[in-house]
Order: sequence, then C-alpha cells, then structure tokens
Amino acid sequence: MAEFNLPKNSRLVEGKTWPKPAGANNLREFRIYRWDPDGESNPRIDTYFVDLDDCGPMILDAIIWIKNKVDPTLTFRRSCREGICGSCAMNIDGTNTLACTKGMDEVTGAVKIYPLPHMPVVKDLVPDLTRFYTQHASIEPWLKTDTPAPEKEWRQTPEDREHLDGLYECILCACCSTSCPSYWWNGDRYLGPAALLQAYRWLIDSRDEATGERLDNLEDPFRLYRCHTIMNCSNACPKGLNPAKAIAEIKKMMVARQY
Amino acid sequence: MSKSTESLSTPMARVRGLGAAKSGTGHFWLTRLTAVANVPLTIAFVVIVLMLAKADYAAAMKIVGHPVAGILLLLFVGSATVHMRLGMQVIIEDYVHSEGTKIVLLMLNTFFAVFVGLASAYAILKVGFGG
Repeated sequence: MAEFNLPKNSRLVEGKTWPKPAGANNLREFRIYRWDPDGESNPRIDTYFVDLDDCGPMILDAIIWIKNKVDPTLTFRRSCREGICGSCAMNIDGTNTLACTKGMDEVTGAVKIYPLPHMPVVKDLVPDLTRFYTQHASIEPWLKTDTPAPEKEWRQTPEDREHLDGLYECILCACCSTSCPSYWWNGDRYLGPAALLQAYRWLIDSRDEATGERLDNLEDPFRLYRCHTIMNCSNACPKGLNPAKAIAEIKKMMVARQY
Repeated sequence: MSKSTESLSTPMARVRGLGAAKSGTGHFWLTRLTAVANVPLTIAFVVIVLMLAKADYAAAMKIVGHPVAGILLLLFVGSATVHMRLGMQVIIEDYVHSEGTKIVLLMLNTFFAVFVGLASAYAILKVGFGG
C-alpha cells in the first residue's frame, strides 16, 4: 500500500536547540530537519537562531550563516544563489522552493526547513535525486532528427520558438515532482511533472522529428497518466512554470493522434 | 538514504522498467467521455428519482416503465458504472502496490461494476417490459 505512515526510524524527534548568538538583538528562529546517515538515530529538528543584522535577506543566506557561524555540520546543496542552478531546492514553510529566492520576510514565525518530500535522504537537507535525473534522461532531452543536419543551424520561426517559452526555463530543481502526491505514491513508474514538462519541451519543438516516438514512450498508464491534475507542481514551481499544463498538452497530443 | 540491497540494476534500467504499455489514452478518453455523459444523465436520474419520491407503487412503475425514463435510466447506469469502474481502477493502481492484491482488487472492481450495472439494467428492463 501507499506509505501513510513513516518507515521505522523515520519519526522526527526534537533535536538540539543551539545557543543564541551573543549580543544579537534581531533574531530569527530556524527549525531545520537533521539526519545523519552514520548511526541508527532518528531524524531530528534542530533549532537555530540567526542574527538578522549579520545576515542577508534570503533563506539561503540564513542557512549559510548557520553553517559558517553556528553548526558546520549542517548539510545542504547550494551553488548559484540566484535561482538558476536549482541546487538549493528544499521544503521551506511547507512549500517546495529554492532557498536562494525565498526571502525570510515571506515566512511568518519560525522558519521550518525540511528536505524535498518523499525522497531518500542522503544527509540533512540533501535528497537523493538519482531517479529524478534518470527520469529526465529517459525522455531523451535532445534534438532528434533523421534529416541530415543542415550546413548551418536547424531553423525555426519566431512563432515556433515561442512555443518553448515557459518550458525551456525549467532548471530541474525537483520542487514540482517532489510536491506531487502521485509522484510520492508511484514515483518509480510515474515520470513526474518535471520530466514530463521536459518531454513536452521536445514534443513541441518544431525542429524535432521524433514526436511520434516520444509519444510512444510516454503512452503508459503510469509514465504519463498518473497525473491526476492535482496541480501541486504548478503551485510549487519557483520559476513560475506550469508543468500541469504541459502534461495536459501531452494528453491532448495523445488523443489527437487517435482521432 | 535508503540502503537498498534489492537489486544492482542501473537507475536507467529501473526507470525504463517494462517499457511503455502503449495504452492509457483509451482509458483517459473513456473517463472524460463518460464524465461528460454523466452530467445530463445524472440530472435526468435525479429528476426521475424526485418524481418517484412523490409517487405510489403503481405510479412509480408507470414512470420507470415509460420508454424515455427507462432509456435515460439505462444510459445513466451504463455511463455511471463504466465511469465508476475506471475511477476505482485508478485509485487501486495509485495506492495498492502489492501485485497480487492489486490484480485481485482490479478483478473485483470489474466484477462489482458489471454486477451493479447488469442488476440495475435488469430491474429497469423488467419494469419497462411489464414486470
């Protein structure tokens, strides 16, 4: 059955409350999921206090501040700090988003941070995204043609190019897929919103010659049709994209080639 | 991290699994088709049931026995039971991951829908053709 209860050793326990920084008046409380793969201990919620007078405005600034000034063992991914690499995707205040583009002022009360939901945890806020990336690879995200390559580039009208807007911007941060209950229950067979949005990006590309083959590979009760239009994906996307619409467009293409 | 000792298959082998079933669009389309059909048919069904609520036995038999009511009821039963079976199938596939249990439940789901559909149709036809 679907996992309605947490597996053994997954139940959260109250962790350590770290000391408040000395002399700081402008404090913000952070409650952060911690789990160490070494040992058998349960995951815990540690409490930290960030000195806002000494720290940038974004959530990522705060957790980097914590790592530098309070607890160097706090583990998370981050790189570009400007919403383009997708590394710092995590569950902040109940929503999957990027720590670098989420401001502390957007959250009321203590800032609660968990790893992306329903993925295996490597450590603390770092999820194992191997399957997620493989699903993206499985949709073969590259231009496929049989016609010999032209001397210069493959040409496309500006109108056809516009079809890729709202799709090519996806940074594969996994916020959408890991917010999707259908992906939680059937992520081993359902490709999830991110991979399907990427699939649609190639399906709708006027230069691609493998549309039928791509549709064949998606036509499956699980790979595509596990999408039940729950729409969490579109709500979560930190880039403002609409994976649910892309999936609906794929379903329309599936029907269109039947009639 | 899940310390899986189940298999040393590559991630790609797992993601590709048994390949695309090359089906699902028929299911998707039939779900939408019956959903659209259910809108007017459910309204007709409710109207007929409201008429029956005010009728005595003889009048009720006359209402259901009328060809228009009978045909609308049969269409409703057909569309609703097909839609019910498709919807329940998706729920079972979503939540039941043990292969054996899943197959048994999918069978029972079909049996139930066929039985309910045929029993309802039988009752409507019996009244329609004069009990």
